[in-house]
Formats: sequence, structure tokens, C-alpha cells
Amino acid sequence: MSVPEELYYTAEHEWVAISDATARVGITDYAQRALGDVVYVTAPAQGTRVTAGDPCGEVESTKSVSDIYCPADGEVTEVNPEIDEDPGLVNSDPYGAGWLFKIKLDSGDQVPPGLLSATEYTALTAEAQQ
Amino acid sequence: MPDPQSPALRRTPLAAVHAGLGATMTEFAGWLMPLRYGSETAEHNAVRKAAGLFDLSHMGELMITGDGAAAALDYALVAEASAIKPGRARYTMICAPDGGVIDDLIVYRLAESQYLVVANASNAAVVAAELAERSDGRGAEVRDRTADYALIAVQGPRAAAIVASLTSTDLDQVRYYASYQATIAGSEALLARTGYTGEDGFEIFVGPQEAAPLWEALTEAGRGFGLVPAGLAARDSLRLEAGMPLYGNELGRDVTPYDAGLGRVVNLDKPGDFVGRAALAERAQAAPTRVLLGLAGQTRRVPRHGYSVLWNGEPCGTVTSGAPSPTLGRPIAMAYVTAEMAAEARSAAGTSQGRLAVDIRGSAEPAELVPLPFYKRPAPN
Repeated sequence: MSVPEELYYTAEHEWVAISDATARVGITDYAQRALGDVVYVTAPAQGTRVTAGDPCGEVESTKSVSDIYCPADGEVTEVNPEIDEDPGLVNSDPYGAGWLFKIKLDSGDQVPPGLLSATEYTALTAEAQQ
Repeated sequence: MPDPQSPALRRTPLAAVHAGLGATMTEFAGWLMPLRYGSETAEHNAVRKAAGLFDLSHMGELMITGDGAAAALDYALVAEASAIKPGRARYTMICAPDGGVIDDLIVYRLAESQYLVVANASNAAVVAAELAERSDGRGAEVRDRTADYALIAVQGPRAAAIVASLTSTDLDQVRYYASYQATIAGSEALLARTGYTGEDGFEIFVGPQEAAPLWEALTEAGRGFGLVPAGLAARDSLRLEAGMPLYGNELGRDVTPYDAGLGRVVNLDKPGDFVGRAALAERAQAAPTRVLLGLAGQTRRVPRHGYSVLWNGEPCGTVTSGAPSPTLGRPIAMAYVTAEMAAEARSAAGTSQGRLAVDIRGSAEPAELVPLPFYKRPAPN
């Protein structure tokens, strides 16, 4: 189970990479394993205002559909153009090519409140598996 | 995720094998079963192109024996069990007096006075009880032998080659829907050419102690043929592509075989009464009120069980099963719709464009009518 140190996480299994007041968002390795083969992603549209904690999209796999919860307040600036053609990137490279969308953060360069560290997220998923 | 330590879940003799393979396990009908080992799409594709290895030990095996076995099953089931030749099998159903389906089954006639009825895991206990009650006083004994059998399936175009390498039985003699006592990799087995995938394949019944050695032997023999272990997720997408019903989705107590387009399993012409005869005879004559249709999505969002089917924007039915189809490359679904809508949609043919949709979580996603089955295996050369 991969949980990169340098990323932030949510309890809903999203990861967040922060740089230049922008958050790049995806779902974690834990999430992609639980979902199985991803067949479709509905991401929030470019230009949408998003609020931390609100459902803002869906990841659909062979057997199920899961909501994506927005990890921070801001505005969606970009949606990964590769995902539509190749939703399997979410499975094969969840932290890299499988990124889903980017948010221009209301919090600027400050880390948005409420996110988990890699250690905290690892502990959460370990508990969930017991 | 189910707790693998839970004592309440039943385990097949292959539970340790699945754990060793890193399977994602799931609870199904009170059993801990492998959902997938890696990618369920890869497992599905392997069954279509090479072969898949399935643990089906959760299925119920009910043995009916005695001089009255054939007659008892003629009464208890909708099939004409007495007409099944020894060594042959038939897909059929057990119905309630009102014609509602209690389970869909495969009945194997092992001998003149011996039948093996294989029931869905979720219905095994109910079917055993019904068969016992219906056989009472008819010179037949019903025994639930589920615990005495493990069931392993090999399904796919390479299945015959793989199984042939482990037995001296000439598999050309074991035709589709036939069964044979055979020795497979040194184990005594009932070998049946049946399956739930739409491919050629075998279902192998062995004693529980033989299960792990047989699985290993098949795995070994299957290397080089592209055999992979395949779980319940792939099993479901494969049967859906093949247009096969799943009890709990397309079949249930509120459905007759005719509703599901499976009137062929009811032998109304057989002499003697059988449970559900009057209701089914009536239903066979009547105009259907609902029809089971095949749909294919025109976007990549998947119609799922319980979603509304829309015709000209109006709800006219409900999806029973839906999944992405790896073989067709688009989502497929089965749905019960009103007979009226079915007739209109079928006669609209090419002009149903834009009129048929599925309500996918609040959004009407366009779909088109597709004749069942979605997939038919290519004819052998």
C-alpha cells in the first residue's frame, strides 16, 4: 500500500499535492484497490467553485461508484485530460498520471485546514482494515 | 470489506489458496469468496481469450436418489427430469405454486435413479427443503451434499486443452451439458461440460480434500495456455455478456420463467402434475405485462441494478443488472420494462435514437436496445 510522504490526505481517500497555491488532487492507492478497475471519472468542471468536504465528482469502477470529496476551498483550474481516454490510469498510477483535477486554493500557499499527513492517513487505513 | 476472521462466514476448501494468491475476498450468500485476484477486467478477458479458473464450492449440491427420483423431480421442478438421459444435464427452475421462481438450477442425471441438483448458494437451503417436501411419499430421498463437494470451473476456449492434459477421458465424448465420472489429476471427479460464462468449459465436482491439489494441478497445466484465477466479479460480467440471468436480479419470487424470456425451461407438455403447473400454463397463454430487454449504454456511465429505464423521458422499467462490458467496450444492462414500451422500442428500431435512456444517478444517459445475448462465442472451426 503506497502512501507517499510528501502528500496530504483526506479521510475519504483523496490525496493532495500542494505547490504554487494550487492543489493537485487524486484518489489514493488504498481507494483504487478497493474500487477495482476504474471505468469512468466525473470530475468537477474547470472554473467551478468548490468547497472542502462537499462531493464534487464520482469515480466509477466495474462494480461500484464512489463520490470524490473536495479536499479544499477554491476554484477548479484544470481537469486531467488523459483520464477520459484512459480511466485505468487511476489504478495503474494513482499519484502520478492518474491525477484528477487541480484547485487554485483560497488558502494560497498555506496548507488548507483539515488535511491528514501521510502518517495519519496510514493509521486511518490500518484501522479500517482491522 | 468483510472481516476475514469472522466465524459466521463459511469458507470453501480453497480459502487458503485464495489468500495465498492475494485475492480480494467478499461475502456472498454467507460465504467468504474471491471477488478478484487482480484486475477483474483482465480476468474477464482471459476467460474470453484463454481460460479462467473459478472456485464455485459455495454452490449447493443436492442428491436425489431412489426408484421414484425421476418422478419426484418431474413433480418438483418445471423440467421433465425423467426425460433427461443418464449422463446428461439440463438448465431449469424450481417454482412456487404461483409460478414464481424459487431458484434456477442445473440438474444432472447421474444414473437411472440418481440426480444431482446444483442450486445457487443463496437458495440452497430453501431448495433442499422444497425438494424434500415435494418428494415426500414419492419414493425418493433428498440429501444435501453441499459439504461433500468442492466445485472448480475451468472456462474459456483453452479449457478443454487444459483439462485434457490431466485426464485420460476423451473430452470429445463429453459434449455440452453432459457429465462424466472421470479421474482428473488423479482425483475422482464428476466432470460436467457446463458453465456460466458463455464459453466452452468444465465444472469439476470433487471431494473437499481434493480441491486444493486439483486447483494446483489445473494451475500448473494451465501455464502456457494463459489460464488465470478468476473471481466473482469476472463471473458476473461474463454471465451478463452471455445474457444469463442472476437469481436476485433477473429472477426472483415475483418473476416467472416466462417473464425472463426463459419459458423454454418449463415443460408444460410433460405428463402428470408439477408444482406451479396451473399458474405457469395460464401465464404461457397470457400476453406478457413485462419484458426483459438488453440495453447498451451510449456513454461510459454504467446503468446499475435498480436504475430507471426511460422511454421518451418517461420511466417504463428498471435495470436488473448492469456492468461495463470488456468484450463490447461499452456498458451493458438487462432491464424489465413494460410490454408496451418493449413493443414500441422494438418497432422503432433505428429511430429509437434519443428516445431510450437510463436514469443514472439523476442524469438521463442515452442507451440503445440490443438483442440478447450481448455475446455469443464464435463457432468452433
